[in-house]
Amino acid sequence: MSTSDILWTLLSLFFIGLAYFATFAFVAGLLWRLYGYLRTPMPLPHSLTPAPKTEGGAVLRVLGDVTLFPNLFKADKWLWAGAWIFHAALVSVLFRHLRYFTYPVPGIVLYMEPVALFFGILFGVAALFLFWRRLGLPRTLYISNIPDYFILVLLGLVAATGLMVSYWMHVNIVDVKSFILGLMTFRLVEVPRHPLFLLHLFFILVLMIYFPFSKLMHAGGIIFSPSRHQPFQVQVRGKRYKNPVERY
Amino acid sequence: MAKFDETPIIKDPAVKGELRPPKIREHASAEVKCHPSKPKDTAAINLPSELVPDWQERAIARFGELLDKNQALRVYMDACVRCGACTDKCQFFLGTGDPQNFPVARAELMRKVYRRYFTPAGLVPGLGDAADFDEEMLQKWYTYFYQCSECRRCSVFCPYGIDTAEITAAAREIMASIGISTKYVTEVVAKVYETGNNLGIPPLAWIDNSEFLAEDMEEITGLPIQFPVDEEGADILLIPPSADNFANTDTMIGYGKLFHFLGVSWTTSTYCNEAGNFGLFLNFENLQKVNQRMLEAGRQLGAKTIIWGECGHAWRAGILTPTLSGSMDDFDPPYPYHISQYIVDMFRKGAFEGHIDKSANDEFLVTYHDPCNSARAGNLLDEPREIIRNTCNRFVEMPRNTIRENTFCCGAGGGLLTDELMPIRMAGGKPRAEAVKYTQANYLATVCAICKAQLPELMKYWEVPVQVGGVIDLLANSLKLK
Repeated sequence: MSTSDILWTLLSLFFIGLAYFATFAFVAGLLWRLYGYLRTPMPLPHSLTPAPKTEGGAVLRVLGDVTLFPNLFKADKWLWAGAWIFHAALVSVLFRHLRYFTYPVPGIVLYMEPVALFFGILFGVAALFLFWRRLGLPRTLYISNIPDYFILVLLGLVAATGLMVSYWMHVNIVDVKSFILGLMTFRLVEVPRHPLFLLHLFFILVLMIYFPFSKLMHAGGIIFSPSRHQPFQVQVRGKRYKNPVERY
Repeated sequence: MAKFDETPIIKDPAVKGELRPPKIREHASAEVKCHPSKPKDTAAINLPSELVPDWQERAIARFGELLDKNQALRVYMDACVRCGACTDKCQFFLGTGDPQNFPVARAELMRKVYRRYFTPAGLVPGLGDAADFDEEMLQKWYTYFYQCSECRRCSVFCPYGIDTAEITAAAREIMASIGISTKYVTEVVAKVYETGNNLGIPPLAWIDNSEFLAEDMEEITGLPIQFPVDEEGADILLIPPSADNFANTDTMIGYGKLFHFLGVSWTTSTYCNEAGNFGLFLNFENLQKVNQRMLEAGRQLGAKTIIWGECGHAWRAGILTPTLSGSMDDFDPPYPYHISQYIVDMFRKGAFEGHIDKSANDEFLVTYHDPCNSARAGNLLDEPREIIRNTCNRFVEMPRNTIRENTFCCGAGGGLLTDELMPIRMAGGKPRAEAVKYTQANYLATVCAICKAQLPELMKYWEVPVQVGGVIDLLANSLKLK
């Protein structure tokens, strides 16, 4: 075995370890935080009005919040555009990544191939816009702190390295896929010998570990936000809000 | 008193109704603080009278309890991404320019402490963005959580619906538990237990006032319009804000004329003649205790229905009554019932048909100020407008982004209606004053006693020539009595 073989084996061990740790931290952390939201009661019905009168209406409101960001649209059109494009592109890019995790690859993922580059670039541009907005607007500059920049930079680096290994310094996709499927089936193989790809992977794993302990929990938190998921039912005859807390 | 900022808040409302945020002026309102509570008041409402020795541990322990019992608080501590959508929405920032009055900055005061003590992120300096709960932080809490009127305008614009009022309420709850509270709020709550109302009007004075009003009415209208007190077996128990019997007597006269016209039996109670609930601005225990009194008064007098008078935060607490104070099934539905809803129901039944003379209000160009609590916490958006449209010929709305659920607080809600906060009140009320000025109305109608106390001073300060009054005053004006 040459020195470089030993180096790659060590690197593989590091990345395999980190990948399992990151997955565990992400899944367990996320479930732990979401369970925390779920088990915490509301002492009083939340009445931010006007609001839907029925449970179904409240579910629709949350669905609308998750997909369209209507409150942000009311608040700031530019921010809404930047944020919506950012999230939509992120979802598209994540969805397209299914081709590295599935075998056989679903047809719909393959159909996305021609526009994948577009979504990747869109994501990067939107991240840049959001970063610029933080610095450019005195109000957002004042409230922005290290975590805000850290996450945007991290996501920007993920996007940049991802685009580079896909469209410029190509990584061998067969190697990538066999590495990932190996992780998933516990039949471990060596990491692809491509430093830029490893950087891409590293940034993602860091993001996964950081996720449950950061403001990225807005992704799950929005579903549990009482001012969005509770209908306004306090005045309906016979309908009494069951207070789950004996004494506040 | 320094005028905080002279730039107009409403920029060409005829075209867009946009608000122009002022330049950031750090620490602009850092020195405006409430007077601390007095021992005689805190003793009466079961709070420590001075900062307890182990306040840090006790505050963090209380914080932890609240996190386990309040989903809103727990979720809102995590969910904010600091996008800045709320930064130009709070009237206290728009008025003062102090960036600590950004809803997000206000909430961050609490989140920093949360991250430090309740998340692993607190272990990573910088990346966790955490802070100790030390004396300096406590001072900031005391200053800025009492520069929030809990009006929730920010939560209307937050993509996650983060409700700063929940955060402010929790912070005040924690502060109260370690002996930090304000003179104004504690004094008012203590007065409720002592006299039954926020103003400290003793029962005899209340009866006197009511009789005086009745005599006055007899003289003016020649009709036996009564203002009954403690009348057992009356159908309706009216719980007005006590200011209606004292300062806003036109509103009290409005209730009297209304019930006289409808010929229903009604009464007020000297045990509970206050709808406003300042427990809402202090802590949960007092919120519940003050609310309890309404049902007790209703049961003592054997009333069939309890009606809440024109008061904003009274209604915010009022709609929670069945949860706060147990079943209301022994009263007639619908409940809780607001006077505006009652009047609208009467209109729909046709009770006033042929007895309204709209031209009696023709001298007024009326505009309607949505009190933050009745609009955003009580769903009273259409009812007051329906009453105004049915009783006035000349009604004009303020710009769209300043009414209904987008309404601006008058600047004195949430326990801020106190003299030492005058600079904040006048600055915070500026967006509202600008919006009223724009309509050129000469009558500003509203359904909240705190607004009615704050708005006249505010309009004088910003030089808007307008009369402030209740919605029911307009009804009473146009009602052809029989």
